[in-house]
Amino acid sequence: MDFPGGKVRFTSEMEFISGNSETRVPCFRVLDQYGRLLNNVDFEQVSEEAAVKIYANMVTLQMMDVILYEAQRQGRISFYLTSMGEEAINIASAAALSDDDVVLPQYREHGVLLWRGFTMQEFANQLMGNRFDYGKGRQMPIHYGSNKHNYVTISSPIATQLPQAVGIAYSLKMDKKNACAVTYIGDGGTSEGDFHAGLNFAAVTESPVLFICRNNGWAISTHISEQFRSDGVVVKGRAYGIPSIRVDGNDALAVYTAVKRAREIAIEKHTPILIEAMTYRVGHHSTSDDSTKYRPINEIEYWKTARNPVSKFRNWVESNGWWSDEAEAELRTRVRKQLLQAIQNAEKTEKPPLRELFADVYDVPPANLQDQEAELREAIKRHLEDYPSDVPV
Amino acid sequence: MRKSSNNLVSVWLVPVGRGSPSPPFPDSGHLLHPPREAESIPTAASTDLNPRVIVQFGKKMFSIVRQKVFNGGSAATALGQTLQRIRPAVAAARGYSSAAKEMTVREALNSALDEEMSADPKVFLMGEEVGEYQGAYKISKGLLEKYGPERVLDTPITEAGFTGIGVGAAYYGLRPVVEFMTFNFSMQAIDHIINSAAKSNYMSAGQISVPIVFRGPNGAAAGVGAQHSQCYAAWYASCPGLKVLAPYSSEDARGLLKAAIRDPDPVVFLENELLYGESFPISAEAVDSSFCLPIGKAKIEREGKDVTITAFSKMVGLALKAAEILAKEGISAEIINLRSIRPLDRATINASVRKTNRLVTLEEGFPQHGVGAEICTSVIEESFGYLDAPVERIAGADVPMPYAANLERSAVPQVEDIVRAAKRACYRAVPMAATA
Repeated sequence: MDFPGGKVRFTSEMEFISGNSETRVPCFRVLDQYGRLLNNVDFEQVSEEAAVKIYANMVTLQMMDVILYEAQRQGRISFYLTSMGEEAINIASAAALSDDDVVLPQYREHGVLLWRGFTMQEFANQLMGNRFDYGKGRQMPIHYGSNKHNYVTISSPIATQLPQAVGIAYSLKMDKKNACAVTYIGDGGTSEGDFHAGLNFAAVTESPVLFICRNNGWAISTHISEQFRSDGVVVKGRAYGIPSIRVDGNDALAVYTAVKRAREIAIEKHTPILIEAMTYRVGHHSTSDDSTKYRPINEIEYWKTARNPVSKFRNWVESNGWWSDEAEAELRTRVRKQLLQAIQNAEKTEKPPLRELFADVYDVPPANLQDQEAELREAIKRHLEDYPSDVPV
Repeated sequence: MRKSSNNLVSVWLVPVGRGSPSPPFPDSGHLLHPPREAESIPTAASTDLNPRVIVQFGKKMFSIVRQKVFNGGSAATALGQTLQRIRPAVAAARGYSSAAKEMTVREALNSALDEEMSADPKVFLMGEEVGEYQGAYKISKGLLEKYGPERVLDTPITEAGFTGIGVGAAYYGLRPVVEFMTFNFSMQAIDHIINSAAKSNYMSAGQISVPIVFRGPNGAAAGVGAQHSQCYAAWYASCPGLKVLAPYSSEDARGLLKAAIRDPDPVVFLENELLYGESFPISAEAVDSSFCLPIGKAKIEREGKDVTITAFSKMVGLALKAAEILAKEGISAEIINLRSIRPLDRATINASVRKTNRLVTLEEGFPQHGVGAEICTSVIEESFGYLDAPVERIAGADVPMPYAANLERSAVPQVEDIVRAAKRACYRAVPMAATA
């Protein structure tokens, strides 16, 4: 019988569909917990060069997080947020994309930007808000953005990037580009209204967008058992008519495979795809958080060691003879040096000039801001001794 | 401010029906819309109209408001404002000598959208009911047919969703026009408007520009209650990064909408439901497809020398009516149609106040932190010495809009409120107590 929306079969059985199925949606993985390839797995092959690049970036990301977190603790930057435990999601997903794919991050995906070529120096400049920061010192740390890397500037309100990604995907479709929009969200962010709006709209507009949810178990101090009662996030895709998959977020090859294939389907078939990557947030939410206050330390330690995505992937790479202890030592020394140098350089660089306070509010500075800037400069000229000497005018 | 009035002239109308612009809730059929204000007796010419007009007279009878032709000015009869669905007869009752043709605000917006979409393939329209339904208020009539579903998108009911999508598309480089069925519903999307659209160019240091237009009816309509009647001019105009426009006449509507669509910054375009059906004379220049009005320039609708009255959107019409009444009492009022709330044309306002030395600010929205408060401060900052009297601020009542017709009427500025305030500013006050 027809209803608006199509034909539907009738039944005489009065039965409620259960809120949760008996078995949870299984999780796709390629490597076992020790990094050994499982049997008969259908996965995207990676060359030695690609594998080494992925691994090296994962190590770099890990080191970046450790050192920059410390820098905040030393008072050298005001704020930092790590992606510890999620290196595989960051790097492997980025590796599976093309440079033309537009990335709309939440805020725990700086590894994607790292993969695309953002340098240590560029990261440090943003964190220090100096005059080489592409954001001209306008945003707090970790709010990176780069036009040339197709990485949309990070925006603090949660989940707003989801419907925006649909807008971009729709535009890419209209332009018939061989590219898609890729947007990231945490488990907590799926509770926002924009998650519903974004997914529903993506399906209705048939837009090529990948929704990658990093289900890391915690939204600051809110455990996922308090976030939703569904079987995670993957089942929500079905509610919107969106194909979805659950993957082991700590398995670089699984993430790489899922994202690469999802991307192809999304672009070819003009469909959104939802990927739930299961993982664990090893670090605190940010430097403003101490997660030992709401979760057991041994839980954190377990995930940091036994389920570490970086060591897991290293095992696989080494088992192919593509890596060694020497290479590891050399990489870590080089990255550490680069990082420390970048931080030092960024610290010594002067801050953005005064003009940047007033620019970019609009395309063309309006009269009132021009007046205010002129007034300010006048005041500075009259009272030069009161103006800080290290801030360029 | 809330003022009681014994001088009620109420007009009930039976809407014409088919083909006429429909009320916001399409399935509600014929609604009786109590008028918001109607001070004049219908003229002989206007009584031979299609709908039955039932008029009751209050205690005081006002003389017929005759419309004169002002230099480039446009005005509407009180009856014209309430008889939204009747055009030819009322138009004939006015005596315009110089206008080339007439155009309703609805036609003005529709033609502006059409021309901009034709000129730039990146412009597209998105909103609830904009496509198949031809627009909740028929503003987008004919556009789906002409441009197809890729450029006129009917959206699911999620303001947050389609606003976010519009912002995303603007990030990419398209030029979306996002329609809110009313700006009251924009509150569900206000995070995207403020935190994404308004601030992105600044936060990204110019890497992301957002050439988006948010448009739709704003402020009170008639008998739609608290959640459909709020004016958002003050809210949006307080946010740097946004431009906020409020057209009054058809020429305003055309010129400002075109300017908004062409502008690289996000623009909030506040229309008014009750003005959609209203007809204004329009010059040949304004009908041309390249026509555009500058953003940030107010228009002096009527020159005067005794008191400055600032207004925007629908209130401009009331101010003009008040000016007529004041003129008979020897007070020459200068009426400024703000057109642009942000950036505010402080230069024009201040120049006017320096000439007249007296200021009355007029708006429909809530008084606290309103547009009038900003204008008052601007004048105090720049022209304090020129003021001969305290600034008078007229705004809507500080209550959520009530539904009942009599309460609603008391909650929104009426012409007599403007007249009284102008007189107070001229030290010719009348007693506050209600008199016969």
